[in-house]
Amino acid sequence: MDREKVIEIEKLYKSFREKHILQGIDLILHRGENLGIVGKSGIGKSVLTKCIVRLIEPDAGSIRVLGTDVVSCDGEELNELRKKVGYLFQGGALYDSMSVRENLLFPVRRTQFVDRKHEPEELIERSLRSVGLLDAIDKMPSELSGGMKKRIALARTLILKPQIILYDEPTTGLDAVTSGEISELIQQIREEYQTAAIIITHDMKCARIATDTIRIMKEGIFVREGTYDELSQSQEKEIRDYFI
Amino acid sequence: MKQLNLRQKLRVKEETRNFYNGIFIDLGELVIFTGNVVRQLFQPPFEHRELVKQGFLLGNKSFALVVVTGFIMGLVLTMQMNPILSDFGAQTLLPGVIAVSMVRELGPVITGLICAGKISSGIGAEIAAMRVTEQIDAMEVSGTRPLSYVVASRVMATTIVVPVLVIFADAFSLLGAFLAVNIFEDTSTTLFMNRAFSMLGFIDLFPATLKTVLFGFFIGLIGSYKGYTAGRGTESVGLSANSAVVASSLTIFVIDLIFVLITSIL
Repeated sequence: MDREKVIEIEKLYKSFREKHILQGIDLILHRGENLGIVGKSGIGKSVLTKCIVRLIEPDAGSIRVLGTDVVSCDGEELNELRKKVGYLFQGGALYDSMSVRENLLFPVRRTQFVDRKHEPEELIERSLRSVGLLDAIDKMPSELSGGMKKRIALARTLILKPQIILYDEPTTGLDAVTSGEISELIQQIREEYQTAAIIITHDMKCARIATDTIRIMKEGIFVREGTYDELSQSQEKEIRDYFI
Repeated sequence: MKQLNLRQKLRVKEETRNFYNGIFIDLGELVIFTGNVVRQLFQPPFEHRELVKQGFLLGNKSFALVVVTGFIMGLVLTMQMNPILSDFGAQTLLPGVIAVSMVRELGPVITGLICAGKISSGIGAEIAAMRVTEQIDAMEVSGTRPLSYVVASRVMATTIVVPVLVIFADAFSLLGAFLAVNIFEDTSTTLFMNRAFSMLGFIDLFPATLKTVLFGFFIGLIGSYKGYTAGRGTESVGLSANSAVVASSLTIFVIDLIFVLITSIL
């Protein structure tokens, strides 16, 4: 049976002045799938994920997320859709004037998120337990290490129980051990929360652990698709080079 | 003087055109931004706690500077006007003249300018830093409507806080004036206050209060707008703070001019 498509992108274009970043991207993400995107810096991987949640307006093309047309939907529809899509930013983007508890409570309170089984406080503890940082509940972001910040940001993303998570370089700037832990965590989250994910990464260990399939992006389009093993053992040196 | 070649002339022309286009684009965006912020003010959930927190922080931050400035203004104004009024034998008018000039014009404008420098730049820098560190983006993608939480609460806070600060500035300026009057002659507090308030009428108080509400609104709005539309680099934090001060200060003068024109017609 065909798996449900949660993201469908067709012929997506985006330019910044004369610089053509996305040049006709096509992409399909199925429910429960972890898709990795690799490619050189500055080729538009983050632009693509930001277009998916319309943080950046695309120039042309269509994006359907969970059946909603992202490009043409109005503000309220977009807001509702965004609640179902989690986004983990490169730097974590924790709200630095709020404690960890307040960071997690904020989206619950502001979106008036209702979970019939759990009180907000229980949701916070559950999310923090998922990322193994329940002890940090009363800390401020400035007291956390880079890895902890990413985990807390992930917990904040999970608290609204998203169906899709977009990871923007989740292991960048972390040591090898912490990177490995975050990559394992991404896999665990998929199993626990039944999410689909797009994972932008330069970290091949993360790509190996956390993704089912990988797409290689070059000059604004995807040039190859395959599993980690297929691509890392490709006949083409140019493709193999991404996996060194 | 060195002559510009054709290419340089064209570039200057292009830059000038971009500069003026930029002003109109900025103005247009500010109008849309204002509309969105005003809409957010009436949409639940209402952030009462954030409003109180921002009001306290912003008011607290400027309180000392505002009252000290007000006090010195009253003191200096009295000391400078006393000899002039003495020449005409009109010394008894001094408290009233100081009260009218402070309440109608100097109190609101000086406080507005101080708040533009301290509050508007602070808001601009803070929101720009949130933009640079992707905190605003993080709020947007989780559907938490940052315009309501971050901007509307600050705009509301400044709209309430600036008039309150103006009242304090006016009160402390009268205190300064009272002390200065007492340097030249013994005047009781009651007599001073009677003379000061005898010259103040509704036409002085109402436009001045309305003006300070608008000052507060625009100080918060412009600071927020500059921060919210900041670029992605760290230098944009400084630029936002800087341009927030310039734009807020100019706006204060423009609003003041409009009010003076209207009240002079009335």
